[in-house]
Formats: sequence, C-alpha cells, structure tokens
Amino acid sequence: MQGFITQMRRDMLLAFRARAEVFQPLLFFVLVISLFPLGVGPGPQTLQKVGPGIIWVAALLSALLGLDRLFRDDFNDGALEQQMLSGASLPWLVLAKICSHWLVSIVPLILISPLLALFLNLTADMYWALLLTLLLGTPVISLVGAIGVGLTVSVQKGGVLLSLLLLPLLVPLLIIATSAVDAAAIQLAYNGQLFLLAAMLLFSLALSPLASAYALRVSLN
Amino acid sequence: MWKWLHPYAKTEQTYFLCQRLFPWFAFLAVIALLTGCVWGLAYAPADYQQGDSARIMYVHVPTAILSMSTYAAMAIAALIGLVWQIRTADMAVAAIAPVGAVVTLLALLTGAAWGKPMWGTWWVWDARLTSELILLFMYLGVWALYHAFDDKQTGGKAAGLMAIVGVVNLPIIHYSVEWWNTLHQGASITKFAKPSIAPEMLWPLLINLFGLAMAIGALALLSLQNEILRREIKRPWVQKLGEQA
Repeated sequence: MQGFITQMRRDMLLAFRARAEVFQPLLFFVLVISLFPLGVGPGPQTLQKVGPGIIWVAALLSALLGLDRLFRDDFNDGALEQQMLSGASLPWLVLAKICSHWLVSIVPLILISPLLALFLNLTADMYWALLLTLLLGTPVISLVGAIGVGLTVSVQKGGVLLSLLLLPLLVPLLIIATSAVDAAAIQLAYNGQLFLLAAMLLFSLALSPLASAYALRVSLN
Repeated sequence: MWKWLHPYAKTEQTYFLCQRLFPWFAFLAVIALLTGCVWGLAYAPADYQQGDSARIMYVHVPTAILSMSTYAAMAIAALIGLVWQIRTADMAVAAIAPVGAVVTLLALLTGAAWGKPMWGTWWVWDARLTSELILLFMYLGVWALYHAFDDKQTGGKAAGLMAIVGVVNLPIIHYSVEWWNTLHQGASITKFAKPSIAPEMLWPLLINLFGLAMAIGALALLSLQNEILRREIKRPWVQKLGEQA
C-alpha cells in the first residue's frame, strides 16, 4: 500500500514534467471528432445521431494512443525492473500506474467533452448520459489496456499490435456506453447500462492488476 | 494422478505422440467428411423454405460451432501452460491459433454465401456475425502476439495469457453483441430436448461436425509438430530426425 502511494506520486510528477506529451492524445481526440462533421456532413440531425458513437470511438483510439506510455518509458530506462525487484507487491504498483495513467491521459478527455457535445449537437440529457458512461467506462480502458501494454512492452513497434489485441476486448464497452446515450436521447431510463458498466469496471479492477503484473513478469522474464 | 501427463512436457515425447495420433484423426476426418458431405449435399431432403441453398448448412454450421470450441481448446492449453508452466502447452496455443482463425474465416465466408440468397445481402451487422468477426480478430491477435516476440518462449507465455484474457471476455462480448442486434436464425441443434431439425438432415450435419472436429485436430497436431521442430531445431533428436529424412 505504501508502494502504491509512492508510485502514484512519482508517476504524477513525471507526467506533470512532460506536459507536452500528455496533451497529444487530447489534441488527437479533438481533431478526430472535428473531422467527422466534415466527413458525414454538417446536418445537426445526423451529428446528433452518430455523435455518441463518434465520441466513444475517438475516446477509445486516443486512450490507446496514450496507453503506450503506461510502462514503456519505465521499461526503456530500466526503472520498471527496479520496481519489480523492490519487493513491493507488483499488482499494487501496476494499479498505481493505471490510476495515474487514467488521471493524466483520460480525465482531460472527459473534461473537454462538453465542448465536443456542443460540436456534435448533443442534447443536455444525452450529454449527462455520455458523461456518466465516460466516467464509468474509461477506467476499464486503462485497466484492460494495462494487460495488453504489459504483454507488448518488450516488443519493438508494439503500437499496432496493441490495438489489435485490445480493440476486440473493448467492444462490449462501446456497445453498452453508446446504447446508454441512445436511450437518453429518447428520454428512456439508462440505469441498466450504467450498472453493466459499473460491473465491468469492478470486474476489471479486481482482475486486471493481477493479469498485468503477470504479463509484465512474462515480458521481463 | 497426473503422472501420465508429465512426460509430455518434454517436446520429444509430444512430437512422437502427435505423430502416432495424426493418422487416426486424419482417417476419421476423411471418412466422416466424405460421408457427411455426400449424404448432406446429394441425398438429404432440401429445406422446404430455403430449397437447395440451405445445403450449405452442412459446411457452415460445423465451422461456426467449432470455431468457438477451438478457441476453448486453445484457452485450455493456455491455462495448462499458465498453471503448470508446461512449455508444450504454450506451443499448442501457438499451433491452434492459425487453425482456429482459418475455421472462423470459413464460417464467415460460408455464412456470407448463405446470407446472399436468403437475406439478400453478403453481410449484416447481426449479433452472431459480429461476434464471429470479433472471434477472428482475437485469434489473429493471439497469433500476431506470438510472432511479435523473437524469444518464442516469452511469446508462447504472452500468447497464452492473451488467450485466457480473451476467453474471460468472450461471453461478455457475445452477450453484449446479442443484446445490440439480432437477425440470425436461432440455434437448431443445440437444444437438447428436441432438435428443431428433421433427423434425416440432422445426421449428415452431426457426421460433418464430427469430421470437421477430427480435421481440426489433425491440422492442430501437424501444426504443433511443426512448431516443436522449429523451436527445438538445435536439439540432437531433431538433428537425428533430419538426418533420417
């Protein structure tokens, strides 16, 4: 537990000192979303219909872009090996890294989402549903992503491989989250979807740190 | 209790076991597939609604069922590799992945060929089609992960973990996709009580199912043999095999 706090403080400090790198996924997120009105046409009705899906797909892609940073820098400079040898429990250290990754590279996406909801002409109801699904769903991306990053950290140019491994696993997240926003668009209750997302969050929170820790041990032999 | 299993942690033993088992699997596969296909395609009655085009069922249904079972087999091998750290089990994961991917691809292609006359389109974003497509991506992911590593021992363990993560996720993916959209006809032969399919159509289907299972087994055995040879190329027993050949 002590290791958790120390690790988290260290990772946040490192991220704060490399601010430029942190903002890249955020810019990517905004750019991808502003491309869609150009691609599918600026009609407010169309944008409202495809908006939730676009925001979620863009969030998935930009989260994947930032996931690479989760273990790679520490792996390259050898800090990861030292952390594994330190005697602190590895799943806790991994969980600290996942938490700081979520705070640093995904929370900004959620903070900027009101602007994007305006871009895509979402109603207030839809926006609240979107916000709730993002809050419950994006930690799942970081948690499941950590397993994939742990497995590919020692592979050169693992970026494309990482998306091939992770995107199929994240399909349920996309389906359930967008169906919640669609339900909100026609004034239906979406508690069910939120409960499902919360269940996925708890499930991955319980298992992912263990699996990621094992993945790292495999990668570093 | 597990004593009979331990010798097969040695690659040499597993290689010769595969060699002994292969003819049986291949023989049963050829006999069953020939019987099933001739019976199904020529003698079984045509469907009263779909006519002769429903005969593709005798190929499509076995591939679709076995694409899932093959993933289960791969995950079981991966679990054995993870729990008992048996190296040959990790090799089996790498050997089964391409076979499973091909079976899944066949299920998708024959399904598309069946969908064109029946639904009027090659592809719809229906639940079963989508989960089959995602299954294909998962096979390819396991396979690509294995080949991304230069050190195959690490690659095998990584692919094994990925297969297990996938098998935990498969039910979630399956049900979320099912909930999302369904057009596909329901399963006709998995209902244990009374299959909603005529017995004269069921028999060739079951024979083909058995035949394809044996064929997948045979291909996986061959693929495992190749994998063992590739990984153990420097061992004396492989060198000796090479000299004999």
